[in-house]
Amino acid sequence: MAKITFIEHSGERLVVNIPVGWTVMQGAVQNGVEGIEAECGGSCACATCHCYVDEAFVDALPAPSETEEAMLECTAAERLPNSRLSCQLKVSEALDGLVLRLPEAQS
Amino acid sequence: MAAAPGMVVIGAGQGGLQVAESLRAEGWDGPLTLIGEEPQAPYHRPPLSKAMLTGAMDEAQIAIRGHEFFGKHGIELLTGLRVASIDRAARRVALSDGRILPYRGVALATGARGRPLPVPGAELEGVLSLRTLADAQRLRAALEGAERVVVIGGGFIGLEVAAVARKMGREVTVLEAADRLLARSATPFLADVFAGLHRAHGVTVDLGAKVVELEGRDGRVAAVCTADGGRHPADVVVVGIGIIPNAELAAASGIACDGGVVVDDCGRTDDPAIVAVGDCTVRRGAYGVLRLESVQNAVEMGKSAAAALLGRERPFTAAPWFWSDQYDVKLQIVGLSAGHDQIVVRGEPAERRFSAFYFRDGALLAIDSLNRPQDHMLGRKLLDRKAPLTPEQAEDPAFPLASLTR
Repeated sequence: MAKITFIEHSGERLVVNIPVGWTVMQGAVQNGVEGIEAECGGSCACATCHCYVDEAFVDALPAPSETEEAMLECTAAERLPNSRLSCQLKVSEALDGLVLRLPEAQS
Repeated sequence: MAAAPGMVVIGAGQGGLQVAESLRAEGWDGPLTLIGEEPQAPYHRPPLSKAMLTGAMDEAQIAIRGHEFFGKHGIELLTGLRVASIDRAARRVALSDGRILPYRGVALATGARGRPLPVPGAELEGVLSLRTLADAQRLRAALEGAERVVVIGGGFIGLEVAAVARKMGREVTVLEAADRLLARSATPFLADVFAGLHRAHGVTVDLGAKVVELEGRDGRVAAVCTADGGRHPADVVVVGIGIIPNAELAAASGIACDGGVVVDDCGRTDDPAIVAVGDCTVRRGAYGVLRLESVQNAVEMGKSAAAALLGRERPFTAAPWFWSDQYDVKLQIVGLSAGHDQIVVRGEPAERRFSAFYFRDGALLAIDSLNRPQDHMLGRKLLDRKAPLTPEQAEDPAFPLASLTR
């Protein structure tokens, strides 16, 4: 399990325990985080699970794949240097304490 | 006292859930019931033919929303139930358990079912199809113990299953009755690329192979026989030969159906109180007559139909898009290529990293992208904005597509 904090665009904070091996997106949608849409179900095909990673964790995450990199160019909200697609972030113990901010819009 | 008339969504797949969510987002605060035939809460179907089959994902990971979501938004989720009938005069829906729900509006999101294989032996053990989570679990177990897998039907479902089975090290044959793969859903150009991809991975792809019989041994399938006298031994047979829209409930209620529930771009049927979305529909609108089976179609029609139930106009007119994952190839399609008179390629076909741009009279119709997600996403914008991309620009790797989307 890793404890991950989601900050909705409204400012609401949700702290969620996500099993290792799941994706951050899966843990979010199963636990009532509504700022993530994830239309494609985690196939890296829709760019609607966009999140901003807290600066302290940006370097702790594996770099985006080529596909994620390309899909990030097409997010509804502005892409920032700390933008990621949460369906591509695999949960590990190393992500315990991760803080993610959600954009105003996903689609 | 009878319950106040509410919104009743029939079918708890991606489209039905979207209608329910969008009704709440659009401000509907009355009763809202979401009825599903399967025992599970709404789940993502695309992983069923991909990560669920390989075991990379399990049942708990594919739910679209967590359980508390439904209570939080006042969505009454009824699973394991069917709707027996819709009484349009009295505006009441009758459920299979005898319950009666008065309605103000109904959304039909009944989906589709696999077309059964009309040959002797189709009922043998080991003959499987893939539509539901239960199907995926059965198929996964069957693939574990199989050596030889025959896939009947060279559409997307069949090809995705073939790719998974091949990755599991099974001997795989794809039998397609038409003279090419993906005959209903993609261009001959793309079909050739995918035939090449599967053959390169060691799959036997037989085109023009008409299945006439499945041969059994002790009640289990043993081989697939084709009209040309071919006999393909098999431990598991996967049938993916298209779908039949579940339009019977609509038809029995007197709603216009013609190869699906007939709707417009807002999801409206010919009854103003009833909308329909997703796989069960045939849409007559800006793109002519469309029978789409895709996530986007379920989600976008769900949004449009929810608005329509509340008397608002939100037509779904975006270019259709779709994707498929096979081996290390991510295919993404946007637009409708029918009627194209020119194909130009951008990228490196030899490395299966390219996009094919389809034009008619110099106007862009559609784009197929293999491992070029950026072309695809920009392509969605190009098509939706009717940006004036020329074939010469599409073909020129130095031309920035993004310059036309800003």
